[in-house]
Amino acid sequence: MPKITYVSVDETARTIEVPVGTSVMRGAVFNDVDGIVAQCGGNAQCATCHVYVDEASADRLDAARPDEDHMLDFTASPRRDTSRLSCQLTVTEDLDGLIVHLPERQN
Amino acid sequence: MAPGTPPASVVIVGAGQGGFQTAASLREYGHTGRITLISAEDALPYERPPLSKAFLKDDTYLEGGAPLWLRPATYYVRQDIDLVAGTVTALDRAARTVRLADGSAYAYDHLVLATGARPRTLGVPGSGLRGVHTLRTARDAAALRQSLGAARRAVVVGAGFIGLEFASVARESGCEVTVVEACDRPLARAASARTAAYFARLHRDAGTRLLCGHGVAAVHGNGRGGVSEVELTDGRPLPADLVLTGVGVTPNTELAAAAGLVVDGGIAVDSRLLTDDPRISAVGDCAAFPQVRSGNRLRLESVQNAVGHARLVAERLTGAPSSRTYDELPWFWSDQFSTTLRIAGVDERHDAEVVLGEGPDAFSVLLFDGDELSAVESVNRTGDHLAARRLLSERVPLGPGEASAPGFTLKKHLAARRRGAAVPFD
Repeated sequence: MPKITYVSVDETARTIEVPVGTSVMRGAVFNDVDGIVAQCGGNAQCATCHVYVDEASADRLDAARPDEDHMLDFTASPRRDTSRLSCQLTVTEDLDGLIVHLPERQN
Repeated sequence: MAPGTPPASVVIVGAGQGGFQTAASLREYGHTGRITLISAEDALPYERPPLSKAFLKDDTYLEGGAPLWLRPATYYVRQDIDLVAGTVTALDRAARTVRLADGSAYAYDHLVLATGARPRTLGVPGSGLRGVHTLRTARDAAALRQSLGAARRAVVVGAGFIGLEFASVARESGCEVTVVEACDRPLARAASARTAAYFARLHRDAGTRLLCGHGVAAVHGNGRGGVSEVELTDGRPLPADLVLTGVGVTPNTELAAAAGLVVDGGIAVDSRLLTDDPRISAVGDCAAFPQVRSGNRLRLESVQNAVGHARLVAERLTGAPSSRTYDELPWFWSDQFSTTLRIAGVDERHDAEVVLGEGPDAFSVLLFDGDELSAVESVNRTGDHLAARRLLSERVPLGPGEASAPGFTLKKHLAARRRGAAVPFD
């Protein structure tokens, strides 16, 4: 099962096995990782599951679709080049080892 | 308890989005006393929006078919939130206790009513037949998904969000779908006539039959306990092996009413979400609260509303200045086929509208009450919606004349305003 690493603001890292087909957001929520709010339940409506994808992982991801791109202008912590909504990152075997950094605030 | 002292024990009745968020925010804001979250469903609190959308069509969406938990069981242990399964049957305000159906009782210093709402039923003969569904809980959604797997002809009663969202899923899964709506158009309570007309066309183009201005007289069975037909008030029969009724909800106010609290289209609260008992708040779908713009008491059914209410109550109970009043901008969304409708604001009345957007399948309707923007409905225009949320919540002035100017966009309007105020577009 692909392993995703979530790094909090204080640099605490948690590595979690997340089933293929679910999302990086749900991997965090189901495993009680602090720092992902996911208010809308993973529907790209609220921008409260914002993550910064680690530079080393960034090229593994498809580009954000327009909805996500717009929503990323609406995050509580500043948008960066590596910003993504974790609800829109579907876990595949190719994402094994993905590292995401959690922002300071989600709302 | 002296005024301003944080309550030692908070009991929350209802573990939907509002109840859950109240508990979560209380801990987040530093509440150290006891928190009891009472759920009428014997399950961890879960997301509801996907139940009428992705949950119905995608088995992989939720692993093992389980509902989408808001947090895992370990969260409640870690946060010391006492999650209790049971139905609250009585509220004794003098003794400050709630009593459950099993006879157990919980004492509170502050009580939060997050009792939600329940679907209205048709109230016609045959409503109880197998295959006739309402949709509110995960259990409802699981039953509906199972019915949908074997259904060939679905009749949807009510063309609001729930009805139309389900209609799109049913149509996509290959059912013949007929939507029956009592009003003369879909989304009569939820959206403007222009937006509603777009969705009417969207569904009709997908092959769904949309019958507006029709009521249901009865539901008939197949002789084996299942549904076979919906009979309209004009006598017309609509063959069906699955019926979903999405005809609105009734707020769960009985507990509050029996305890003598004021009920006015919902549990009546002030702009701090307090009932007329200073030890009892109400949040989410069950709460009728005053609107900032109009002062009218409204009850809203949305995740945003439930979460916003919950946070304000948690803030107040953890000792933050009690003067903050609830003035968050409501927003809503609905997915139908591959189209997303997003609404910012509440349109209580409008006398002017301006449409933005060139394409027929991507536009925003700006609704104005006099010279004031009151709500924006965006179809496949996420950027407009987000800008509208900012404009409306920051009360940036915008009138219909200005919005009609050539080249006008909501984003540019917001940016221009912000350049003046030196606020970054974060």
